[in-house]
Amino acid sequence: MEKTVDQKAWFLVLPVFLIVAFSAVLPLMTVVNYSVQDTFGNNQFFWNGVGWFKELLDPNTDLGERFLASVWRNLLFSAIILAIEVPLGIVVALSMPRQGWQVAACLVILALPLLIPWNVVGTIWQIFGRPDIGLLGYVLNEIGLNYNYVSNDLDAWFTVVLMDVWHWTSLVALLCYAGLKSIPDAYYQAAQIDGASRWAVFKAIQLPKMNRVLLIAVLLRFMDSFMIYTEPFVVTGGGPGNSTTFVSIELVKIALGQFDLGKAAALSLVYNLIILIVCWIFYTVMTNAGAERPAKGGIA
Amino acid sequence: MNTIPGRRIIISAFLVFLLLPIYWLVNMSFKTNNEIVTTMTLWPHSPTLENYVTIFTDESWYSGYINSLKYVIINTVISISVALPAAYAFSRYRFLGDKHLFFWLLSNRMAPAAVYALPFFNLYSAINLFDTPWAVALAHCIFNVPLAVWILEGFVSSVPREIDETAFLDGYSFPRFFVKILIPLISSGIGVAAFFCFMFSWVELLLARTLTSVAAKPISATMTRTVSAAGIDWGLLAAAGVLTIIPGALVIWFVRNYIARGFALGRV
Amino acid sequence: MARIDLVDLAHSYSGNDAPPESFALKPVTMTWRQGGAYALLGPSGCGKTTLLNLISGIVTPSRGKILFDGIDITQATTQKRNIAQVFQFPVIYDTMTVGQNLAFPLKNRGVPAAEIAARVKQIADLLELTPYLDRKATRLTADAKQKISLGRGLVRSDVAAILFDEPLTVIDPELKWQLRSKLKALHRELDLTMIYVTHDQTEALTFADTVVVMHDGRVVQSGTPAELFEKPAHTFVGYFIGSPGMNIMPAQVRGREARIDGHTIVLNRNYDGLSSGSLIEIGVRPEFVDVVAPAPGLLSASIERIDDLGRIRFARVRVGDVKLAARVPPGFSPSGDAAAIVFDPAHVHVYADSLLVEGAA
Repeated sequence: MEKTVDQKAWFLVLPVFLIVAFSAVLPLMTVVNYSVQDTFGNNQFFWNGVGWFKELLDPNTDLGERFLASVWRNLLFSAIILAIEVPLGIVVALSMPRQGWQVAACLVILALPLLIPWNVVGTIWQIFGRPDIGLLGYVLNEIGLNYNYVSNDLDAWFTVVLMDVWHWTSLVALLCYAGLKSIPDAYYQAAQIDGASRWAVFKAIQLPKMNRVLLIAVLLRFMDSFMIYTEPFVVTGGGPGNSTTFVSIELVKIALGQFDLGKAAALSLVYNLIILIVCWIFYTVMTNAGAERPAKGGIA
Repeated sequence: MNTIPGRRIIISAFLVFLLLPIYWLVNMSFKTNNEIVTTMTLWPHSPTLENYVTIFTDESWYSGYINSLKYVIINTVISISVALPAAYAFSRYRFLGDKHLFFWLLSNRMAPAAVYALPFFNLYSAINLFDTPWAVALAHCIFNVPLAVWILEGFVSSVPREIDETAFLDGYSFPRFFVKILIPLISSGIGVAAFFCFMFSWVELLLARTLTSVAAKPISATMTRTVSAAGIDWGLLAAAGVLTIIPGALVIWFVRNYIARGFALGRV
Repeated sequence: MARIDLVDLAHSYSGNDAPPESFALKPVTMTWRQGGAYALLGPSGCGKTTLLNLISGIVTPSRGKILFDGIDITQATTQKRNIAQVFQFPVIYDTMTVGQNLAFPLKNRGVPAAEIAARVKQIADLLELTPYLDRKATRLTADAKQKISLGRGLVRSDVAAILFDEPLTVIDPELKWQLRSKLKALHRELDLTMIYVTHDQTEALTFADTVVVMHDGRVVQSGTPAELFEKPAHTFVGYFIGSPGMNIMPAQVRGREARIDGHTIVLNRNYDGLSSGSLIEIGVRPEFVDVVAPAPGLLSASIERIDDLGRIRFARVRVGDVKLAARVPPGFSPSGDAAAIVFDPAHVHVYADSLLVEGAA
């Protein structure tokens, strides 16, 4: 279907443009403005040029060290949760019941974590993981593991990762399930007739057909895990030490905690840029992987 | 053929994993603080409704609820109503800068809320919207409007354009065609988009808390009140948590038959 | 390669206890010989796809048996049956090249690589797919994709039968004709049993040597195209096959005479002993009804319209309340509406409750 060229369509897009511009461009300009200035309070601002940006990217300064450490920490976190949630989501989607009331029941339970306010998610895991009053913490300690997410770095990471898996694997699973549902029965029947094994069906039919939704899932999960704030903040407050201080937590500490607007603004811009770049790379790599390779043989 | 061996065990185990922490929260909400702190019990041995009574008798708790619902609903209505014409435009027409505009819209979905918290605070204070549901609703538009446009564009594209042409030939004006024909045709898509807007607005806290102080304080921010000088009131916190889960659970229940289609975003 | 026997085969999607009238396929017993080209013809919802899926094993029948060369395979899986099937919409494996698509059924069965390569080459040559072997299958046109689906069926040398489920639905009309001739040629060359499901009578009549007409879950007639045309066993076959369809009209039949609209038509055979309670109709194809100038003693009719189909002209005429189609003989041009019609007695058939009645000599 060929789209017609019509500049009047801009009138239809105008409301969206205005409302997003109002919500995004104005604040963004404020951020850019702050990022090149310094403040000593009392609304006094001084031109600081690219000073904050230099400091931010220089690991020898305090700000740079904290920022870069939080970025690596956050990238590691995103990598871990993607490595767990994507395969697990696919497996869960493949395990969904075929029909009947069980389907609706499973869908409702799967969607449940997605609609819990993020700080409540944090609260749930804060409670669930505590050795004194939480089932998880209690059981882990009972079986002889010395588990305490408040004092041990590794335990804190374990808790935050487990919480994210609990919170978001459903999103991947539901996206994959939607992708699987869109495969016509004829594909399975043809594969059956072609004598394909279960694994061959997965590789030849299901995985390629889930390509699109998996792309959406990976992008959404990367963006959101790289922006994560509320849940780990409630559970660990970024600790112990700085071990679970992700970029957003660092940013809020600087912006609202220390009211260092210039530093916070510069950090915001670099942060946003990183997300855009990584998403763009993901997107390009994943769409290219699915695209046609150049033909080796001649074309009649 | 399209499922895997051991699927019953896998799905059951995963559902238990999802439900266990929620059960624990519900369990605790029916316990007294004494029982919570002193013993480890799998179910409330002396069940109490006291925590819920406290919440329902305290005005600030349920006004927190109302405040949350206010901005969620305002946001959903705004997002859908501006996104509908835009989705139609992106689906049917090519115009100057359409692709860039679409990517720019989506890129806003990638903006960390923490980045915007402070500028929003300044912006909405400047136009006297601070501490009103409107501030939060407008702030949430930054990620919900792009999402709604994206979802609805998929659904509009699945409507054959012959339908538009026939309607215009039959003498329908554009607004009348939009309201009488297009909207009923993509009603399930609107439902799906509304569900996603509701979801993201309901679960977001950082912006909601930054842009409110007293009058429009959302329920999830009210929860932090359970931390008092005497320590944390666990039972009360758990009960408040349970109550914040209920609206989401209700919404899911109503849309359960559309969930699978919804997550396909109308375009698979 | 096999002979296929269906023994009292029936299927209901809501189980065997469902009322007999609701069965998607009502009990049928028939034999399909090895090497035959069969078409299952009928309107959508007549049960033809159900019958096909029963044979391929995608659906297990509620009742009855299916035998391949005398061996009961009713409960066997699709894989064990050695069946190939081409679906309505082309099924191709997106990530594979055309060659890998063709090799897929052989690879799954552990055929040695050298043999696979030889087989794929042979089939690709046959289907004129050789130039595309190394290309991704996703970007090809619908008809090329459908050829690949077909190729995956042909590539196995041991298939019992190839089943086609309206395989030309998504193909352009011009290419449809080409692919159909290709199928016909393949059938002659490979000596395979082919079963072809369609709702298009042209497709069925040109492809098959035996056409099985289905209606409302029942096999109403199975025969050569000529038999279906000349002697429809059911009024449904009469008007479903042929264009325009057979004229069916209520009549009183006694002995060698039928009365319509107060006029008597002489029949070729004797129809004494028709049960009085049943609905009696006579059927005659438009090709065997001639429009002539009105004359006393002939059945008078009024002409409503004449369709000129080039080689032949058909008139829409009205006799009393009944509308008929009739041939306008070459060189005859009716003056005004008034005309008469003449039946060819050798091609007038009598139906009782829609079923053909064989009269006595």
